[in-house]
Amino acid sequence: MTRTAHDKGGAAVHLTELTKRYGNAPAAVDAVNLEIAAGEFMTLLGPSGSGKTTTLSMIAGFTRATSGRIEVGGHDVAGLPPYKRDLGVVFQHYALFPHMTAAQNIAFPLKQRKVGKAEIAARVADALDLVHLGGMGDRLPRQLSGGQQQRVALARAVVFNPRVLLMDEPLGALDKKLREQLQGEIARMHRDLGITFVFVTHDQEEALALSDRIAVFNEGRIEQVGTAADLYERPETLFVARFLGESNVLTGTMTDPSTLEGHGFRVAVPRTGASGGPSGPASRTASVVIRPERLTVLPADARIPAGHNALRGTVSGLTYLGAHSTVTVELDCGERATVREPAAARSEISAGAPVQLTRPIAHGVLVSG
Amino acid sequence: MTATTPLTPVAGTVAAAARRGRRPRGLLLLAPALVMLLVFFAYPVADIVWRAFSEPHLGLQNLRDVFADPVTLRVLTRTVVTAFGVATLTLVLAYPYAHLMTVVSPRWRAVLMALVLLPFWTSLMARNFAWIVLLQDGGPLAKLTGLLGLGEKPLLGTAVGVALGMVQVLLPYMVLPLYSAMSGIDRRLLSAAASLGAPRRTVFGRIYLPLSMPGVVAGYTLVFVLALGFYITPRLLGSPQQSLIAQVIGTKVEKLLDFGGAGALSLVLLALTGLLLLAVSRVARPASMLGLKEED
Repeated sequence: MTRTAHDKGGAAVHLTELTKRYGNAPAAVDAVNLEIAAGEFMTLLGPSGSGKTTTLSMIAGFTRATSGRIEVGGHDVAGLPPYKRDLGVVFQHYALFPHMTAAQNIAFPLKQRKVGKAEIAARVADALDLVHLGGMGDRLPRQLSGGQQQRVALARAVVFNPRVLLMDEPLGALDKKLREQLQGEIARMHRDLGITFVFVTHDQEEALALSDRIAVFNEGRIEQVGTAADLYERPETLFVARFLGESNVLTGTMTDPSTLEGHGFRVAVPRTGASGGPSGPASRTASVVIRPERLTVLPADARIPAGHNALRGTVSGLTYLGAHSTVTVELDCGERATVREPAAARSEISAGAPVQLTRPIAHGVLVSG
Repeated sequence: MTATTPLTPVAGTVAAAARRGRRPRGLLLLAPALVMLLVFFAYPVADIVWRAFSEPHLGLQNLRDVFADPVTLRVLTRTVVTAFGVATLTLVLAYPYAHLMTVVSPRWRAVLMALVLLPFWTSLMARNFAWIVLLQDGGPLAKLTGLLGLGEKPLLGTAVGVALGMVQVLLPYMVLPLYSAMSGIDRRLLSAAASLGAPRRTVFGRIYLPLSMPGVVAGYTLVFVLALGFYITPRLLGSPQQSLIAQVIGTKVEKLLDFGGAGALSLVLLALTGLLLLAVSRVARPASMLGLKEED
């Protein structure tokens, strides 16, 4: 679709102390604060029941917030009904009107805005082209595949040039191949349209692939907001570390500002932890999070390089996966660690072999709890 | 549509087997019902048709009499008008009721459903006599019209009284197909329409109403057809001067022993119903007319 003069560009979305309570149950969304910049691709990521969909639903206006502010483009919209908010919404199960053709579905928001007939026809055709469905306008939703239906839903949600597009697990009902294909199209649409995207998913790979920034939800609260790299390399909480990617976690007590001690292990940790890292009394409980690809397996008698930590253990499993292999090590302290190494046949690593796991002290993130 | 009705697989199997030219095993399951229908439905209907053309002697004179007699024609017209009126009033009452059933909590839904089904569990005679009490001169409804400043109108023995009774008896036949259609409407479609800029009345007019139409067509047809042949209620609540076609048929059989004339009138009623169903089946699928959901 061509960008024309009446386009408004993206709008910033600011959530302030946004809360939703159902009866006496713990708040479904608990005082959430989130600043989404104009034109940003923000993903709300979390397990089911974490409050991400409820948050999106409050932005869209389908769910009334118990308290808090929702600002879109600087205006508080919390009191407006959905039809006055001018936001595009894409649903997981497409929500196409089954009694209307694809073209009639896409024309629906334009008719509500009293757009002239000729312009509707032109914009519907543009929108169909945008999602590669040119010539399929006269099909009913049930005559289209799932992927095609979701494309129509996308076209319908952006044809009226909303300043924000809200998407609730839009790829959740599609198979893996289609999902990847549509991910590419959603990314392209974000680039082309330049509007703000708020995308809800429980799929961390999807979140990492698409987003400018990700807000990780857990139990109604935001655990951390950041870029994919922020969240992966510098998780602030154990939940974020575990939810995004694989991680090895050692939990113990800080005996001094740079040492973590637990049952049968003692490791040096980076002094400058992430902002969420422990500060204050040295005896606080903390965990160190180490990604599998940051660990190296060395023979039991090898020398530990300077600036590295080592933990002893026994190889319990070895899986060759082509580009890399995964080594599972039972540590002497009782924990199990996973290591991902570039695949190379190494005779000294085999099941049952005693080994050392090393990591540069600087790699590894300290989180509280 | 995702819901599968219990009927669909059986019908599908029979059809598929029939297409392959094999003896369909499903037919065996239908046999008891088919025999029952043949003996107690097909045979009597055929007998009535035969009598219409053969009593007192072979020919078309009975049918000719139906269309030549102004009184019979007036009764026919009155019957069709009453059926339309009753079906329309039933729809107006049932539509919001059925909608309410789809939005309340499961507990309230059970209560509303029980209220709809209660008449089914109550004897038709008991209900009609109750209506006589309600409608009689000086009865509660007459008092009500008096209070409304309309004067105490006589209701028993009038077309209005008959229509009221029929609406009450037929209400479940409208509510159930409507509820079936409405509960199948995806609520997210309404949210989607709102997000696209449609205010509530547009969401209703453009999305909800069209999607509930199968239920409307099914309920309206059902109530209309049942109202055409209603006998007991008009007989008890109406008057001979306001009689409907079923009463005239009854009179011909019981009092006049005019089996040929009664047969001819029945035939006209049957043809009227058949034509209506045919017309409706042009615009709605047969399954949706019964309030069943169909797979695409």
